[in-house]
Amino acid sequence: MHHLADRRLVSSAYLGGSAQSDLTRRNKCSAGQAPALGITGMPGANDAFVKFSDVQKTYDGKTLVVKKLNLDIARGEFLTLLGPSGSGKTTTLMMLAGFEVPTQGRIFIDGRAIDNLPPHKRDIGMVFQNYALFPHMTVEENLAFPLKVRKRGKMEIKDRITRALDMVRLGDYGKRLPGQLSGGQQQRVALARALCFDPNLVLMDEPLGALDKQLRDQMQLEIRRIHKALGVTIVYVTHDQSEALTMSDRIAVFNDGLIHQLASPAGLYEQPQNAFVAQFVGDNNLLRGKVIDMDGASCTVEVSGMGNVHALVINAEAVGRPVLISLRPERVKLNPAPGSLPNTLNARVEELIYLGDHVRVRVSVGGHDLVIKLPNSDGVQVHEGAQLTIGWKTQDCRALDAG
Amino acid sequence: MAATVAQTAGSEKNMLLRAELRRSERWGKLRAFALVLPLLLFLVITFVFPIGRMLFNAVHDDTLLTLMPRTTAALAAWDGNDLPGEQVFAALAKDLRDTWEQKTMGSVAVRMNYELPGTGSQFTSSARKASTLLTGPYKAALIQIDPLWERKEVWNFFKRGASPFTAYYLLRSVDYQYGADSQIVATPPETAIFRDAFLRTFGISVGVTAATFLLGFPVAYLLATLSPKSSNLLMILIVLPFWTSMLVRTVAWVVLLQQNGVVNQALVGLHIISHPADLIFTRFATIVAMTQIQLPVTLLPIYSVMKTIPPSHIRAARSLGAGSFYAFWRVYFPQTLPGIAAGCLLTFILCLGYYLTPALVGGPSDQMVGYFIANYTNKQINWGLASALSALLLVATLLLYYVFNKLVDVNRLKIG
Ligand SMILES: Nc1ncnc2c1ncn2[C@@H]1O[C@H](COP(=O)(O)OP(=O)(O)O)[C@@H](O)[C@H]1O
Ligand SMILES: [Mg+2]
Repeated sequence: MHHLADRRLVSSAYLGGSAQSDLTRRNKCSAGQAPALGITGMPGANDAFVKFSDVQKTYDGKTLVVKKLNLDIARGEFLTLLGPSGSGKTTTLMMLAGFEVPTQGRIFIDGRAIDNLPPHKRDIGMVFQNYALFPHMTVEENLAFPLKVRKRGKMEIKDRITRALDMVRLGDYGKRLPGQLSGGQQQRVALARALCFDPNLVLMDEPLGALDKQLRDQMQLEIRRIHKALGVTIVYVTHDQSEALTMSDRIAVFNDGLIHQLASPAGLYEQPQNAFVAQFVGDNNLLRGKVIDMDGASCTVEVSGMGNVHALVINAEAVGRPVLISLRPERVKLNPAPGSLPNTLNARVEELIYLGDHVRVRVSVGGHDLVIKLPNSDGVQVHEGAQLTIGWKTQDCRALDAG
Repeated sequence: MAATVAQTAGSEKNMLLRAELRRSERWGKLRAFALVLPLLLFLVITFVFPIGRMLFNAVHDDTLLTLMPRTTAALAAWDGNDLPGEQVFAALAKDLRDTWEQKTMGSVAVRMNYELPGTGSQFTSSARKASTLLTGPYKAALIQIDPLWERKEVWNFFKRGASPFTAYYLLRSVDYQYGADSQIVATPPETAIFRDAFLRTFGISVGVTAATFLLGFPVAYLLATLSPKSSNLLMILIVLPFWTSMLVRTVAWVVLLQQNGVVNQALVGLHIISHPADLIFTRFATIVAMTQIQLPVTLLPIYSVMKTIPPSHIRAARSLGAGSFYAFWRVYFPQTLPGIAAGCLLTFILCLGYYLTPALVGGPSDQMVGYFIANYTNKQINWGLASALSALLLVATLLLYYVFNKLVDVNRLKIG
């Protein structure tokens, strides 16, 4: 076991290839294909490395902070819990780490129930938002901590510290105290500390929350690179949807103690299964309407002032029920050839916002505001006040629950 | 040529700039000084001056120099072997007459009694009798008046009086004194009490500091980790004694611990003991009462440091594989050291100066240096000795503080 783990840290490069990407690919497609609500797209229960089974948690005996959580995480997967603040992500992570006890349900790691396993026996690396580096120990002593606890030999400890510091590109900083490092450097030390003892599972709770944007982007790629190199299973918590999309194999969207959708980044972005996900992940135009006709996979929705819109049935219950239509800004075409798209409407340009790589166009259609994203590729030829037509495909427009 | 001109112009400009900078900085400095001036004056008047005065008093005593000027001057030539000559006795007779006329012989007698107990009254009677002694030879006459003037230690005492400074009080505070030939000898055992008093003071202070730490640390930990609601209540209970005067609290201990006090009555009532135990006027009572008073002083700095340690540190340590005790000991405890150091040092230093509590609940053998200082200041009016004891206590405290700072690696503690 350790032997194998050792190899992981030594030769980061050679594992990067086949095994890892196979796993990722499998996760991605299974997630993408499963359209039913919520907890689907999970790998078979047998090869689940971490398994939440009907887990509930309440702190005060009144409100459930986590409601009936079922979640399987594959070995080597990068899974992100994404959700607004207070949605129960940290609680979920803490139950997995052993710092909170589920009120109901069980958690399994590698097929073994961990109800009675204290935190220090779980072999889980953790990265906290405030880094939680021990301020009275140097960087090296911080990294040596988990190794000393495990009674590793002096030489091995030294060796591992060197490798771990090299991995996070902090080779020369071993003798410093955490207080003498910048935020980004501290974060990388925390990362190295959580990884240097080769845990099978690493948990990260908003680890980049305190960094500025540029550093955050850089660290996202770094964590991603390390994950690929080591093949370790990572459960990552964030409230930043773009961070989740950038890093994850799969994303579980949390709200109010429930997983609203579990899917790959592409699946989540392209095929939100409900109004909450559609609003939370990426920009979206949301239109309220009423189903007036349903025809298999597509339906017709009446939106007041705009007329009828043809949309894909995702979460629309029946004719006559209110729905929310979601439409990505980049899927709206300007001045489509007449008759080429099922949804075509007249619009007036209200505002242009120049954002460098693209231009956001705010148009009004029958009293509704829509935002359109135009790539800034061959110049944008609209101007404020212009009248034009806009259109989109049925499959780009999803009829969801009314939210 | 042009370059030189430009250069001179440049350096002139630089000089102007520097002058400007100095002017603006001078203003800043003046302002800063004006802001601290009131506090500075206050400190000088209430702190620096009295302490300086006290240190001065510990080594300065010009009683003999001013009241016996002729004798002390005449003794300068005395070799210290045989009795002084007629000339010295003549000076003595003149000084004795003066002290009798100016009614200052009492002060000299008091000063004499410090170093040569019992000689004060002999001096006074000599002064009275010598007031009628107008013609020589004085030597035989004075020895006739009182055999005191045959004693060499008396003459050595007056010879030392030629200097306005004396080491006597400092020597006495560590149980040494001057012998007959002005050599330094140990104070005889029956009056050698100060070294013991210092040791006792340090012993009691260490004991009380240790007790407050052992009792306070767990409570501070509880306070720092409890939910705010319950910790607020506990905090009030802890600082409540702070709002009561120390005298009241000490008297409360008297009520509790006395022969037929609450504790003894309870113990006897419960048939745990058959006769009331000696609780009051013991070392035990002293330490218990002082511990109770000092507890918040040790506890609060520890608590405030603990408050700043994020709970995620323990969690991180646990997730890294440390058991709960190991995590506490290696990760949490070292981070509380600055608080422990501050709290314990504060309590220790405050304990060194305790006077009231041991005086009320301790026995005669439990009195600390503070008691003797108060005694010599208020009752015996021996300010020299009181000052010397205070100075010694002050120096010991500063020395301890210095050693402590060296031992505890301050730099390492502060980061974080
Ligand atoms: N130790 C706790 N005691 C009581 N309530 C808690 C505790 N920790 C979290 N909560 C509550 O549980 C809910 C979920 O919190 P959390 O899991 O931290 O959410 P997230 O990490 O998604 O922001 C919040 O409403 C929070 O107030
Ligand atoms: Mg959280």
